Amino acid sequence: MKEDKTLLRVEGLSTHFMTEDGLAKAVQEVSLEINSGETFALVGESGCGKSVTALSIMRLVPDPPGKIVAGKIMFRGRNLLELSDRQMRRIRGNRIAMIFQEPMTSLNPVYTVGNQIVEAIRLHQKRSESEAWALATEMLGTVGIPDPEQRVTEYPHQMSGGMRQRVMVAMAVSCNPTLLIADEPTTALDVTIQAQILDLLDGLQKQNGMSILLITHDLGIVAERAEDVAVMYASRIVEVADCETLFAEPLHPYTEGLLKSVPRLGFAGERLYTIPGTVPEPLGFPSGCKFHPRCPIGAGDKRCQNDEPQLRQVGDGRCVACWYARGYETEAERNEYESKYGKHERISSQG
Amino acid sequence: MESTNGYLLKVEDLKTYFPIRKGLLRRTVGYVRAVDGVSFDVRRGRTLGLVGESGCGKTTVARTIVRLIPATAGRVSFEKTDILRADKKQMRNIRSNISLIFQDPFGSLNPRMTVGNIVGEPLKVHKRITGTELMGRVGDILSRVGLSRDHINRYPHEFSGGQRQRIGIARALILEPKLVVCDEPVSALDVSIQSQILNLLKDLQGEFELTYLFIAHDLAVVEFSCDAVAVMYLGKIVERAPADELYRNPLHPYTIALMSAIPRVDPSQRRARAVLGGEVPSASNPPKGCRFHTRCPLAEGECFEQTPPLEEKDGGKGHFVACWKR
Repeated sequence: MKEDKTLLRVEGLSTHFMTEDGLAKAVQEVSLEINSGETFALVGESGCGKSVTALSIMRLVPDPPGKIVAGKIMFRGRNLLELSDRQMRRIRGNRIAMIFQEPMTSLNPVYTVGNQIVEAIRLHQKRSESEAWALATEMLGTVGIPDPEQRVTEYPHQMSGGMRQRVMVAMAVSCNPTLLIADEPTTALDVTIQAQILDLLDGLQKQNGMSILLITHDLGIVAERAEDVAVMYASRIVEVADCETLFAEPLHPYTEGLLKSVPRLGFAGERLYTIPGTVPEPLGFPSGCKFHPRCPIGAGDKRCQNDEPQLRQVGDGRCVACWYARGYETEAERNEYESKYGKHERISSQG
Repeated sequence: MESTNGYLLKVEDLKTYFPIRKGLLRRTVGYVRAVDGVSFDVRRGRTLGLVGESGCGKTTVARTIVRLIPATAGRVSFEKTDILRADKKQMRNIRSNISLIFQDPFGSLNPRMTVGNIVGEPLKVHKRITGTELMGRVGDILSRVGLSRDHINRYPHEFSGGQRQRIGIARALILEPKLVVCDEPVSALDVSIQSQILNLLKDLQGEFELTYLFIAHDLAVVEFSCDAVAVMYLGKIVERAPADELYRNPLHPYTIALMSAIPRVDPSQRRARAVLGGEVPSASNPPKGCRFHTRCPLAEGECFEQTPPLEEKDGGKGHFVACWKR
């Protein structure tokens, strides 16, 4: 068991929100595995459930209205969902740390950044006030903030957005977490600052071997930084693969469409590929496969309209949830389909 | 005269300074030089991209051009009129010929107005059209931007981000303007929606013979959308060229760094990049000499002393760069 490379295994996680307008199934049957020392990217558009997945792992989903209704979150052999609040507090911020998109709003404006880092350190480690301050100052230096002795006594508003994100990173890694959840860590930043922060995370990962769960909508960041990728759409994971395979040979039509529609440097064409329609909201999910109204195959297919495909392994480390992905459909399912609706020869991916 | 040489908009040495006031008497103690001597022109029917990181002054340029912010100095010619010195009557005419599309489709639409009223308001104000004719025109434009006539009586909150951006585009186009200033039109949208809007803007350009001033921070988006590109840094244009020339042969170290910082959507091209250190200095106290020297890998000697002029390089391709080292 000790040699198991898997650090975090999420199995069948479902998180629902009771809203005034009805039950919003924000995360449905999400499963993923993050290996030690690796970067796992969770990609998707706004509202697909990627942030709620992260909050569920941290057990930070506000309850009510939210509730984790099913699943297991296995972290180093323990199911986080079975821990008491007290046990969870010892893990949160310590073994699993998190950084957020908004460095402006996730720091407290009325405390100095030093105070906030020291608080995190002293909550989890037996250190004296002065030791903690020394460590906080050291951490600010580690994350590349110039003149840390001065900066540690400053307030968040005295810093730029990039600096504040560095402070967040310093706070998150001050207790040497084994898993860092980075939820859109650079979305609010300029590209040159984004590159600095991502390089910083890379460096820290190499230094202390932590795993990173990188949540983003930016396929470029995924392509450059992740080992494994899961693509989420409308509260479900629709495809999992290692990074190179996913970009070279996407199996799910949504992944394929997404990859084709991003403007890239050097693209000289007249028009961009588009996925028609809009991202559905949790209260108005379509029946069957949730992507079917926007899908070149599913839009006209009875099975896609009625039966939701589950995430299924189709190759070494590859999972996909699409009836027409290569290798997905079983013989029995094909026969059943053909007896109901007639012959089909469709396969989604060009791969 | 101007209309024959193909330029719809010509900006010359535009400066926009904001006073910094301090103390009880609110005395002016200095200026934020948000835009500091910017010149460019936009050809009729084409798209000029204005690129730069946040705080570089690109939005201030746009707002100064339409006189939402008073200019400190310079000249902005739109067709034959000098916008900065136009009187009220001329300005009315100009405002019906220049419209704006904003970044945030959530903040730029009044939540208490119906789509019909939002999109139709410019017609009411400028052309005094009302009633069924107004709604007929609104319906026409809505169907042109990919919405439907049935949406006229709905409210903005009933729409998704991409659809709201379409409403904003409909509002911008209803007066059939000549110039449309697009300020980060897709950066708040989801990836799968961005390409829809970028294609739509291109289609509408052909259909309505529009000229765009396209402000964005994403160089890949700009490459797709623009014919010419100007790169801004701290209130100045550091490089300006036709798009294909700029992307093939970027000269300014800042442009190169910006391009290198964009993550490539292709894991097989993972590479060590030249990460630009430091941050953008404050525009209230910009560095002496070349403003980029604090972050520039090439800076030496005169870079610290003298501001480099924007000069044409490599002869004849319209490639301008402001750098002593090129």
